[in-house]
Amino acid sequence: MNTPKDFKFNKTDEWVKVDGNSAKIGISDFAQNQLSDIVYIEFNKEAGESVEKGQILSTIESVKAAADVNSPISGMVLEVNESLSDTPEVLNEDPYENGWLYKVEFNNPSELDDLFDAKGYDEFCESRH
Amino acid sequence: MFIPHTDKERQAMLRTIGKDSIKDLFADIPESKRFPVLDLPEGISEMEAYKQMSMLASANNSCDEMISFLGAGAYHHYIPAAVDLLLLRGDFFTAYTPYQPEISQGTLQAIFEFQSLIANLTGMEVSNASHYDGATAAAETCISSYYHFRKKRANIIISPFIHPHYIETIKTYLQAIKEIEIRIPDISKPVDFKDSIRQLVDKNTALVMVQYPDFLGNILDYSSVSSFVHENGALFATVVYPMALGILKSPADMDADFIIGEGQSLGLPLNFGGPYLGFFTTRRELIRKISGRIVGETEDEDGKRGYVLTLTAREQHIRRGKATSNICTNQGLNALAVSIYLSLLGKKGLKEVAYQCYQKAHYTASQIERINGYKVLNEQDFFNEFVIQCPSDVMEIQNNLLEKGIIAGYNLESDYPTRKNQLLIAATEQNTREDIDFFVNSLREVTIV
Repeated sequence: MNTPKDFKFNKTDEWVKVDGNSAKIGISDFAQNQLSDIVYIEFNKEAGESVEKGQILSTIESVKAAADVNSPISGMVLEVNESLSDTPEVLNEDPYENGWLYKVEFNNPSELDDLFDAKGYDEFCESRH
Repeated sequence: MFIPHTDKERQAMLRTIGKDSIKDLFADIPESKRFPVLDLPEGISEMEAYKQMSMLASANNSCDEMISFLGAGAYHHYIPAAVDLLLLRGDFFTAYTPYQPEISQGTLQAIFEFQSLIANLTGMEVSNASHYDGATAAAETCISSYYHFRKKRANIIISPFIHPHYIETIKTYLQAIKEIEIRIPDISKPVDFKDSIRQLVDKNTALVMVQYPDFLGNILDYSSVSSFVHENGALFATVVYPMALGILKSPADMDADFIIGEGQSLGLPLNFGGPYLGFFTTRRELIRKISGRIVGETEDEDGKRGYVLTLTAREQHIRRGKATSNICTNQGLNALAVSIYLSLLGKKGLKEVAYQCYQKAHYTASQIERINGYKVLNEQDFFNEFVIQCPSDVMEIQNNLLEKGIIAGYNLESDYPTRKNQLLIAATEQNTREDIDFFVNSLREVTIV
């Protein structure tokens, strides 16, 4: 499994990559693999909207399931990667780079401490096999 | 009987949901109502049952022996014999698509043809594989529009001149979504709808729905309503009588986002009110938010044409609790009947039937207006249905005509209390000139002014 070292992970399989005051959010390689072929991404938030930790950011449909993307952090949405609407398969192919979903300015850095680091997340995924 | 679960499995399931026994699952039903003793006679043989049912059936009058001017949502059109001949072939004669639907290429192709025909007739980009009836298609439209705006717009504005039963069905469906508010403008004339929505539409409006021709038969151009609705960011839906599209401009030309309706007029018998078929069309952009199944055409790995159920991720077997509708079915056999009917008639035939409906209704209206005390109330042009004001008790008139073998339209007072002694009269290609003249003369006879 491909788990980048500088990312943090949520229990519900979202990742966070911090860059200064903001962070990108996506879903993990484990998540995309579990979902299989992703065919549709619904974005529930727009740029400028505030978001609370645990709120549903997106719903992702694959050929066999639909899953919610829960926000791992609170803050304000800066950017939405809407190009994914036309190319949802990018989420399968490149979940950690081009497959980012949202860029969020976070307002509570301590929330980041609740997240797994790469090693912790790998162990967590392992325990679910 | 085949019982797939072992006792152990049942115990495990009960434990999971926190119940002690299967009996606990029925706790919501009062004990005294659980096993009612049914007052049923002893069983009888097939031969006896056939006789008894025939006797009961013979007490009914059908449109075969009556002259009908009743429409109000269900219309007595002629169905060519070839429709039944093809429809009842064993290859097609099942209501179900198999659980591995692609194994039934014939069924899927038939549905695909239905979708293509309906999309063509309405001028819309997308048609689903059908709904139970026009009313449920209208209700599903409301739900689709609510989810299209991600629940952020919760008002739905409905013209009071949509079929009253459709309005009832929409209200029933939407009971489960408490956030949605249905607004019906309080107007007595269909033309006033254009003005009334200017007051009602706001940033919270998800959908505005009208009917075309409306329940009273009027043909109104909703282009200005549609553009006003769109300026306010909401969606616009039109219920249509598909037969009318044989000669009328489609609401697609009025920029409708949804065109839905009852397909009964396209090759299905009146059937005492059902089973019918709802059709549902929309624009490509909205396809992820619509309910029901959709068949797509594709190629297999050898490059051969094939059909698949497509976009199924929207449906409840994949989206589960996140699905926007619990409809995962369609009226397969009825959709096939519609496809056969439309194919037999073709563009020219459909136009001819629609033209006859229009002309015969207008002839009927002009003759009724010549009877002392009667008046046609439509201020706009109408298609095959119109409203007349009768000079005396309408139920008495209906009963007297019934004795002459005439079903004299629909009493509007039950749905619109201020419309006293008003009848909604429909004519189709099945009403001959002789029928119409007999109806008009009889109407004159039974009216005591």
